[in-house]
Amino acid sequence: MQHTLSILVENKPGVLSRIAGLFSGRGFNIESLSVAETLDATISRMTIVTRGNDQILEQIIKQLNKLVNVIKVMDFVNGDFVNREMALIKVNVTDENRSELLNIVDIFRGKVVDVSPDAYVVEVTGDEGKLDAIINLCKPMGIKEVARTGKVAMMRGAKQKG
Amino acid sequence: MRLKGAQILLETLVKEGVDVIFGYPGGAVLEIYHELPSYPIRHVLVRHEQAAVHAADGYARASGRIGVALVTSGPGATNTVTGIATAYMDSIPIVVLTGQVPTMLIGNDAFQEADIVGITRPCTKHNYLVKDLKELAQVIREAFYIARTGRPGPVLIDLPKDLMNSFGEYAFPDTIHLRGYNPTIKGHVGQIKRAVTEILNAEKPVLLGGGGVISSNGAEELRFIAQKFKIPVTTTLMGLGSFPENDDLSLGMLGMHGTYPANMAITNCDLLISVGARFDDRVTGKLDEFASLAKIVHIDIDPTSISKNVKVDIPIVGDVKTTLKQMIETFKKEDKGKEGKKKRKEWLDQIAEWKITYPLSYVQKSIIKPQFVVEKISELTKGEAIITTEVGQNQMWTAQYYNFTQPRTLLTSGGLGTMGYGFPAAIGAQIAFPDRLVIDIAGDGSIQMNIQEMATAVQHGLPIKIAILNNGYLGMVRQWQELFYDRRYSHTHMNTAPDFIKLAEAYGAVGLRAVKPEEVVPLIKKAFSTPRLVIMDFVVEPEECVYPMVPSGAPINKMLLV
Repeated sequence: MQHTLSILVENKPGVLSRIAGLFSGRGFNIESLSVAETLDATISRMTIVTRGNDQILEQIIKQLNKLVNVIKVMDFVNGDFVNREMALIKVNVTDENRSELLNIVDIFRGKVVDVSPDAYVVEVTGDEGKLDAIINLCKPMGIKEVARTGKVAMMRGAKQKG
Repeated sequence: MRLKGAQILLETLVKEGVDVIFGYPGGAVLEIYHELPSYPIRHVLVRHEQAAVHAADGYARASGRIGVALVTSGPGATNTVTGIATAYMDSIPIVVLTGQVPTMLIGNDAFQEADIVGITRPCTKHNYLVKDLKELAQVIREAFYIARTGRPGPVLIDLPKDLMNSFGEYAFPDTIHLRGYNPTIKGHVGQIKRAVTEILNAEKPVLLGGGGVISSNGAEELRFIAQKFKIPVTTTLMGLGSFPENDDLSLGMLGMHGTYPANMAITNCDLLISVGARFDDRVTGKLDEFASLAKIVHIDIDPTSISKNVKVDIPIVGDVKTTLKQMIETFKKEDKGKEGKKKRKEWLDQIAEWKITYPLSYVQKSIIKPQFVVEKISELTKGEAIITTEVGQNQMWTAQYYNFTQPRTLLTSGGLGTMGYGFPAAIGAQIAFPDRLVIDIAGDGSIQMNIQEMATAVQHGLPIKIAILNNGYLGMVRQWQELFYDRRYSHTHMNTAPDFIKLAEAYGAVGLRAVKPEEVVPLIKKAFSTPRLVIMDFVVEPEECVYPMVPSGAPINKMLLV
């Protein structure tokens, strides 16, 4: 089962390596990972998407908590949370497909952020399914490159988790 | 107060109570070595950095204090890795100080540069590269705090050379604040109550003592509970000494080379109370059949140890000593004079029968049996010596035939299984206790992995006794080849060992040899009365095996007994 872990860590050198090393050393999987500072510059938030049964997830969370630099681990598996990722998609454009592409971008509430005679760079944000969908729609036109961020996640409502 | 980096380091170490360092100098730590003689710290010069860490580890295990090792950058640092991994697996509190090339050269492939923080990340509890002199004192305090609290373990501090010879303001930091580190010490009251109820109601309970009993100094509490409620006790290798083996309730060690009564008791018990043990594969055998009839209570300070291998009914996260004390208090309230003693008569009778039917045994004929040597060492020391072991058959025979009665009397590499551990660990133990008898029980293979430390022991006048069970083989590997690989003794026959007597003499120590069984006791007595480093070379039965043995992956009640 897929789990999204939101991890608050001390913003210090080597912390990412400790976490990545924990996953590789113990045979756990990372499907995606994103890291950035929080409002407090001494703390970073890592969002890791991983997969495993209950026992494996229990071990992952316990092992993460055991790291000295890890402050808090939240597991967004069944919780009421929003998650988003962003993609930049470079699509071939021709006179024939230009308007179709702009239509698709519009429907997905994306933006064209770079225009050149032969290609557009499209920016789009959403959950995994939405990004997969727009990429699939663009494929027939010819995608040159895709850059996707990892997932970031947050609890819904006023409650603050960490 | 303005001090040089090296002075800040040593000043803080002294404040942390460090009075001995095991180390080896080199270019990157020259500044520290230059200042060292001005501080009340004894330095033990080893002959290989691996030994410095094992010695610090032995010092820590024997004394309960933090062991400290100091080495130079590059190869000095990489040589410590085996020692650090050994301490990590067995949860031993040590602090390893490594020199590093100057800050501006880090990352340049400078002479004697190694990314030791990167290398040791997975085998330390935590590690640091100090890049700012202002952080140095704080980092040292944190390192000692992390090493000794919670589940103890090794912490490494990497010290760039330029920091050690530059000046900065020094003040001993009063507080430690680690946002992400807060070990649970007290056990959950509700869980303890449940565990106590189970204990009072159980008909066939067993206590399992692990290394956590020893590291938390909880042996007294364990003994109190066992004796008060008549619960038989088995221990892991790391737990030997946590319960007196001369007590009727003692079952000895369990697991792959465990005793028959211990493994049978685990298989048949209705309640297993595991105290500071982590259910290693050498302990459990086939997991599905391990204590499969029992409810399991698991007390451990490390939440990751709980439900990692064995499914637990009542988990209790907490320090062993503290939690056992809480249990004793709860017993007093819950028990109301029942104590469940009578119910258990049948169980204790059954255990007594197992002990009589299948005791540990060997037959001493014309060639010295290794078990006989260990048994005699046990008798002649009355179980009061500090014993270290190497790894393999020597380690298992020591675990089986030496009668451990006190905690911190067996120092052995349980988790990592490091050959070459025992002798340097004995150096650490002898430094901690100059007046106690310290014996390394070794094999002819493993003693050669750190034999160079003879020079260290002689230089520091340490009267350690090394007992080599010399069978001319890498015995444990040979045993597996005999039992599981058609007796094809591929590269386990060491037919060119040195003459250990001459070797001892070459190092300025004493060498003694016994070839016949009747020579064993007089030789041990002679060694014990010689106040110098002594090698006892026992020429033993070459193809003796360690029994009982549970084949890898089999349930622990399926023992090969002969």
